[in-house]
Amino acid sequence: MAQAALQENIATPQAAQGPSLLQSRGMVGFLFMLPALVFLLVFLTYPLGLGVWLGFTDTRIGRDGVWIGLENYQLLWDDSLFWLSVFNTLLYTIAASILKFALGLWLALILNEHLPFKALFRAILLLPWVVPTVLSAIAFWWIYDSQFSVISWALLRLGVIDTPINFLGDVENARASVIAANVWRGIPFVAITLLAGLQTISPSLHEAATLDGATGWQRFRYITLPMLSPLIAVVMTFSVLFTFTDFQLIYVLTRGGPLNATHLMATLSFQRAIPGGQLGEGAAIAVAMIPFLLAAILFSYFGLQRRKWQQGGGD
Amino acid sequence: MGVVTNAVPRNTATADESVGMSYLDRLPRRLVVVYLPLAVFTFVLLFPFYWMTITALKPNHEMTDFNNYSPFWPTSPTLEHIRYLLFETSYPGWLWNTMLVAIGSTILSLAASVFAAYAIERIRFSGSRYVGLSIFLAYLVPPSILFIPLAVMTFKFGIYDSKLALIFTYPTFLIPFCTWLLMGYFRSIPFELEECALVDGATRWQILTRILLPLSVPGLISAGIFAFTLSWNEFIYALTFIQSSENKTVPVGVLTELVRGDVYEWGALMAGALLGSLPVVLLYSFFVDYYVSSMTGAVKE
Repeated sequence: MAQAALQENIATPQAAQGPSLLQSRGMVGFLFMLPALVFLLVFLTYPLGLGVWLGFTDTRIGRDGVWIGLENYQLLWDDSLFWLSVFNTLLYTIAASILKFALGLWLALILNEHLPFKALFRAILLLPWVVPTVLSAIAFWWIYDSQFSVISWALLRLGVIDTPINFLGDVENARASVIAANVWRGIPFVAITLLAGLQTISPSLHEAATLDGATGWQRFRYITLPMLSPLIAVVMTFSVLFTFTDFQLIYVLTRGGPLNATHLMATLSFQRAIPGGQLGEGAAIAVAMIPFLLAAILFSYFGLQRRKWQQGGGD
Repeated sequence: MGVVTNAVPRNTATADESVGMSYLDRLPRRLVVVYLPLAVFTFVLLFPFYWMTITALKPNHEMTDFNNYSPFWPTSPTLEHIRYLLFETSYPGWLWNTMLVAIGSTILSLAASVFAAYAIERIRFSGSRYVGLSIFLAYLVPPSILFIPLAVMTFKFGIYDSKLALIFTYPTFLIPFCTWLLMGYFRSIPFELEECALVDGATRWQILTRILLPLSVPGLISAGIFAFTLSWNEFIYALTFIQSSENKTVPVGVLTELVRGDVYEWGALMAGALLGSLPVVLLYSFFVDYYVSSMTGAVKE
């Protein structure tokens, strides 16, 4: 409807002499922005505010809440499960992000070599990222089965272990398993985006450094890494944000178990709010994630700025 | 001037030049440093798909008996699981729902994003830089902190438990992404073309529809494919906003309806995962370059 209105409005005042309202940049720009703006205000900005407000109420499913101040947050402060979920989320985010970065960078460096069928490799290695997370997590669920896991079977055959590994039933194993599944899904994203960055680094830099006697490690450390660091900062910010707020993988694989060892803040928030019906408390947990997200964004933003400055770039 | 043609010459250029350095490596060294890790990466990254496919084709008794049957190959492959899925569950309905929701939200987001990106990038009204920045920040708002208030809102709007709830909420993450991508794309189209049109008396609307959009078809395809994939893969909103079986999307339906109590229909689950992945994988395989360029483009700006 906005488009139709636009068409009418813009077609007519062309003949008008002098600057009219519709020829001013502000007005035309505003009209073009309108559809996106309305959508984002109604379905993004408003819910964000509503979420913060819900965190201060005792809203339940089917009943409007009243303002109860910080009570939800006080409850959470004394809730050991909440703190466990904070710990789990941090562990999950940090471990998965470091692994994704290291392995992704390694894969990007490999793919940057001169390889036969490079485009094909690049295409198929991105598959874990393209396929719906829930559906690939179901495959992992079966791979991690306590009795019929193919990994256990292979290790048993090789004589490495005597009994099948209880992947998702043991605290440590479950944490490692969900991190591994998350890393599996995240590597392609990191690798392919970093590969795009690697391809913009001129080979002549490497040639010059080689002539000066630099070793492979030195070329990596003093050419590749500094040239890549702005992109690394952006990619890792995305990666950290999406890992921190991850929900799907945990929901499929463990639903937070065993002994809540894999409950993340997002899954705890869902569990309290939707099956538990405590919308207010769930919203409070979701709001508690915001400071962490802001910290991650600010950290990468200022990290990025500093690196630019070190490279001698203007502002 | 498209994304693809931009990317391809650069690739070949670096590939050609990297031959200049790689003669320094001997074959055994390359084998250990490049080919072996690549093989391991490829194996690990693709194995779950292989396992998914194999399990979907195995009859039930082979699935759990690794001693009498090879675990890596179905001895007597069967389409029983797929038949069960298609004819005895609501799976075709879920596929249809997912398709409708993905197409609906993609079209909605693309339309809104084209106008927004054009306004920010070309009309350059005062404050457009800040609007552009806030669009980027909007992309960083994760669904995990929005689903509770959005559930309350969809309930108040009376669209709870309907496909409309998903079609209207998915653009929250699609519009920022598409706008950001299209802004980058519009920037690559020479401004002079537009100036010529302005001099000839074209309106903003004519410039957008007659000049800019035809030139940015590759960018639109990139954004469209990516948006379609993102909405196909979405889970937390679909899980929260949809209750009735006939309105579920594939990821939610497979997970909530095919697992009943302790009875896991592994064959049907795997077949469901496989068939549910197929549309996005097919789309992806036809448009790999667009997909990669939109993924890297969104990050690089």
